[in-house]
Amino acid sequence: MRLPAVTLAILAAITTTAAFANEMERVTPIAHAATQKECGECHMAFQPQLLPAASWGRIMDDLATHFGDNASLDPQAVVDIRAYLTSNAGRLGDGRLTRITEQRWWTREHDFRAHIWSRPDVRSKSNCTACHRDADKGLYEDN
Amino acid sequence: MIPMIRSVALGLVAGLGIGTALAASNASRDGILTGYAAQARAENPSFAGFSADRGRALYLGPHTGGKPETNACAACHTADPKREGRHAITGRAIKPMAVSVNPARFTDDADVEKRFSRDCPNVLGRACTAQEKGDFITFLAGQ
Ligand code: HEC
Ligand code: HEC
Ligand code: HEC
Repeated sequence: MRLPAVTLAILAAITTTAAFANEMERVTPIAHAATQKECGECHMAFQPQLLPAASWGRIMDDLATHFGDNASLDPQAVVDIRAYLTSNAGRLGDGRLTRITEQRWWTREHDFRAHIWSRPDVRSKSNCTACHRDADKGLYEDN
Repeated sequence: MIPMIRSVALGLVAGLGIGTALAASNASRDGILTGYAAQARAENPSFAGFSADRGRALYLGPHTGGKPETNACAACHTADPKREGRHAITGRAIKPMAVSVNPARFTDDADVEKRFSRDCPNVLGRACTAQEKGDFITFLAGQ
């Protein structure tokens, strides 16, 4: 069933989870070459919409100690990527958390048993493409 | 007559430390190796060319000093460099390192330097020397 936009807006206002689910069903693909390249080496380049601007700011503030890895870049690349991520960021979410996989909407959508996460082809919660084949195109809807 | 000329020529090439790289010659990769050879000579006056065998040992490890979960380059790049690798922490696929199956390898000096500066500390707990970098590329250019 397709709900009219007005109904969706009301539902979204009632439950934030619904708002997230709707908002994240169609995530805009990355349209910034430097972000795609520099942030897509060690993991899929996460779309800006997946985190609020404050979270992206925190991440870009400290790339040298990035989740246990060193992801530092030259200063101009940091400026460009920060601008792209923050100006296209999601409107919702907890800006104190730098992990997508710790945001409440995410943990609710992914309440799976532990053995799923240790499957060798999954390995990590951040490995979106292991389950969402077209995650790098922003498609999370069908699995 | 001809075999002799060939072996003299090969000897010269090997003396330059780019013998194996010539098997899959590429101007950018050769330039990167020439640069590392000059640096290696400056770091160590007794430098006598790159070695694919030393490169293999660096690649396969195991090493101490870095992170236990990534104690070899092979931990992410896989023991067989002709195969697709997988990032040990994020699960992200990594294109093969062997030049024979992935001719784009080691052709962008900024990318190559950036990755050496990230990956060597993770595996060895220190930066790679210019000789190690040249050994590594020489090994993979022959794979
Ligand atoms: C040198 C490798 C490397 C690079 C380059 C890199 N990252 Fe990461 N990133 C990691 C690792 C390792 C993790 C932790 C993954 C895990 O725990 O599964 C991570 C995790 C993340 C997460 C959290 C994922 C989650 O669990 O929700 C975000 C967001 C992120 N990176 C953004 C970025 C951005 C933005 C860039 C580009 C500026 C970038 N990364 C570049 C290695 C890297
Ligand atoms: C182990 C497999 C797995 C991994 C890894 C995974 N997901 Fe999911 N994800 C799912 C499944 C299954 C669903 C559907 C849940 C449901 O319908 O109840 C889902 C749902 C979602 C949804 C909601 C889609 C909708 O239709 O509303 C989004 C958005 C999403 N995932 C994003 C991500 C992101 C971003 C990552 C990586 C940081 C990720 N997922 C990693 C399995 C996974
Ligand atoms: C934690 C995982 C990981 C480990 C361990 C690792 N690498 Fe990498 N390496 C990567 C990733 C990710 C890339 C970038 C993706 C790509 O180039 O396909 C990369 C790329 C490279 C490149 C760039 C190649 C090019 O064509 O530009 C070099 C050089 C390199 N690694 C050297 C090493 C060396 C030397 C070691 C061991 C001392 C090592 N790596 C160990 C993850 C790793």
